[in-house]
Amino acid sequence: MTALPQSVDTVLECLTQGRYVADRSLATALFLALKLHRPLFLEGEAGVGKTEIGKVLSETLGRRLIRLQCYEGLDVASAVYEWNYSLQMIEIRIAEATGDRDRSAIEEGIFSERFLIKRPLLQALEPDVSGLAPVLLIDELDRTDEPFEAFLLEVLSDFQVTIPEIGTVKAKEPPIVIITSNRTREIHDAIKRRCFYFWIDYPDARREREIIAMKVPGVAEALTRQIVAFVQALRKKDLFKLPGVAETIDWTNALVQLDKIDLDPETINSTLGVLLKYQDDIEKIRGSEAAQLLTQVKTELAASR
Amino acid sequence: MAEERRPSALEILDRLEGSKLVANIMHFGRVLRAAGLPVGPGKVIDAVASVREVGVTNRRDFYWALHAVFVNRRDQHDLFDQAFHIFWRDPKILERMMGILLPEVITEPPPETMQPSRRLIEAMQPKGADAESEKEREEEIEFDAAMTASASEVLQTMDFEEMSADEVARAKAQIARMRLPIAEIPTRRFAASHRRQRIDMRRTLRAAMRQGCGAIPIVFRKRRTRPPPVVILCDISGSMARYTRMFLHFMHTLTNDRDRVHTFLFGTRLTNVTRHLRHKDIDVALSHVATTVEDWSGGTRIGECLKSFNQHWSRRVLGQGAVLILISDGLDRDAGRGLADEMDRLHKSCRRLIWLNPLLRFEGFEPKSQGIRAILPFVDEFRPVHNIQSLDALINALSRPAGRRKEGIGEWLKAM
Repeated sequence: MTALPQSVDTVLECLTQGRYVADRSLATALFLALKLHRPLFLEGEAGVGKTEIGKVLSETLGRRLIRLQCYEGLDVASAVYEWNYSLQMIEIRIAEATGDRDRSAIEEGIFSERFLIKRPLLQALEPDVSGLAPVLLIDELDRTDEPFEAFLLEVLSDFQVTIPEIGTVKAKEPPIVIITSNRTREIHDAIKRRCFYFWIDYPDARREREIIAMKVPGVAEALTRQIVAFVQALRKKDLFKLPGVAETIDWTNALVQLDKIDLDPETINSTLGVLLKYQDDIEKIRGSEAAQLLTQVKTELAASR
Repeated sequence: MAEERRPSALEILDRLEGSKLVANIMHFGRVLRAAGLPVGPGKVIDAVASVREVGVTNRRDFYWALHAVFVNRRDQHDLFDQAFHIFWRDPKILERMMGILLPEVITEPPPETMQPSRRLIEAMQPKGADAESEKEREEEIEFDAAMTASASEVLQTMDFEEMSADEVARAKAQIARMRLPIAEIPTRRFAASHRRQRIDMRRTLRAAMRQGCGAIPIVFRKRRTRPPPVVILCDISGSMARYTRMFLHFMHTLTNDRDRVHTFLFGTRLTNVTRHLRHKDIDVALSHVATTVEDWSGGTRIGECLKSFNQHWSRRVLGQGAVLILISDGLDRDAGRGLADEMDRLHKSCRRLIWLNPLLRFEGFEPKSQGIRAILPFVDEFRPVHNIQSLDALINALSRPAGRRKEGIGEWLKAM
């Protein structure tokens, strides 16, 4: 499928086809972003599947994925373009040696596209081999600093980049832009205003079971129920970092590798590091707390059956 | 199937264009703006475009389409939710119009709404009523102030007791001139330089072209530096009351002097006052702070407050090498319960933790109280803060590059 989805339902189908279990609310926001050519700004706790959206879109829509991982000090040279200096030097040397061109001709020559190294943002303005605009994933925007955010404004509102030596490069068809943020700092409103916003929350139990069934095929239904109920109960606890969906999937994989068909306190204690990533949190849950939580979960499951 | 339904929905909307629905989306936008969401005309246009794409056949889609446009922070969600259910249920415009125009309508019953927030109620009220309630509220506050410990009394207790009015004024003027030159940290960005360290290839080649062929003059660059973010946690409990006003002046000066300063006040609970202190006028800023904070001059629960800071704010404001300034006397109502753990976490998440304690002005100060003993092992520097001199000393200390962690408290730890 290469054409853009034309309704919320087709977006949902598309995500399901890419093995992504999504809420209708997310599909609505995504549909609008695709249809009105606006970036989609996704926020949420770590491990709820923000980055995954970009990957799934690129896969199901058959478009190239261009990923820009943000970090502090990300600059134009590594995000947009850089000149190939060594090649330029060689060109100047050759011109000098042969002496057949005048200055302006050389200048025009060495600041042409041939000497340009394109970085993700510039690549994203060009269609891929099949002529379709790519999916641009700007990951963890909160990690970079304010100057880069300000630079992004031009790219995100007009889908164009200005290179002083060449001129303005504008996308024929705007790329599909997904921006994610873990909210380690607040992103400026100027960026958010240009995007559709969506907060991805932790899924409810039913949806989380669907996700497990899709991502880790072949897990016994009963075990899935226990795992999800346990993780959901854990999210109600007073922890520094709550386990995300990614952690649930990792934990399920771990339990499958250990050939478990039923949760028991010992297994939980020994695999808790897969779910919780802070020592304080592990200390708090390990042992009696985990056992108590497990009993509670099992009684509830038995009662609901 | 979806393909078939779309044109019909579009058609309906086209018929509606310029009539009720567009006008109502605009009014809805205005309600949200009045309730404090940043909604401008641009957003309303986006909203109309979005609704045209999604259609009005499904209430949930309609909801989430408007949500995607109007909400751009997680904390705006609740306000939007309430506004949506009240606005689109009460005028019943959506249902009524769809009832007339569409044979089959997918509607969900509006969920039971909770008590709508006060901001929203005010936003929904007509102008006249609003002004009236405003007056009522003012009266209420006056009444409050006369009868209980509230805004005006706060101003009294916040006063710096040992100084005369004139001295206070002078001290404030002095504080307003203070700058906090925390040693800058290197960033990963570059600026032009004359020192022969790193070659700036891009500018070198530009220069070569300007000169014509021949020798290529090499141009250099150096790393840019920038002050780190500053986060201030200030205790405003009863035992600190005499200093609080001065500290508020100090924090206001700091906030307006540079970017990336975050300020939190705590007594029995934590309040973020960064936004209020950004106001250029100190009096306006302080009156905003006075009305926002509810636990002036009460008890202190340092452990609880630090816990809520760690949980909700530390990951958002302590990134990028932040310096944390904790202003507190360390006297804790909970006798230091749970305090050490939270201090440990706090110390691990910032670049440098400086504790300013007014009690240090006493000659024979000994770290006896349980709160102080719990905090002390996790700070990098321990300094007095009770007069202008100590603030000056603090500024001098901060302009030096940071040493090793916990360098400044060796003596204190021995004394414990």
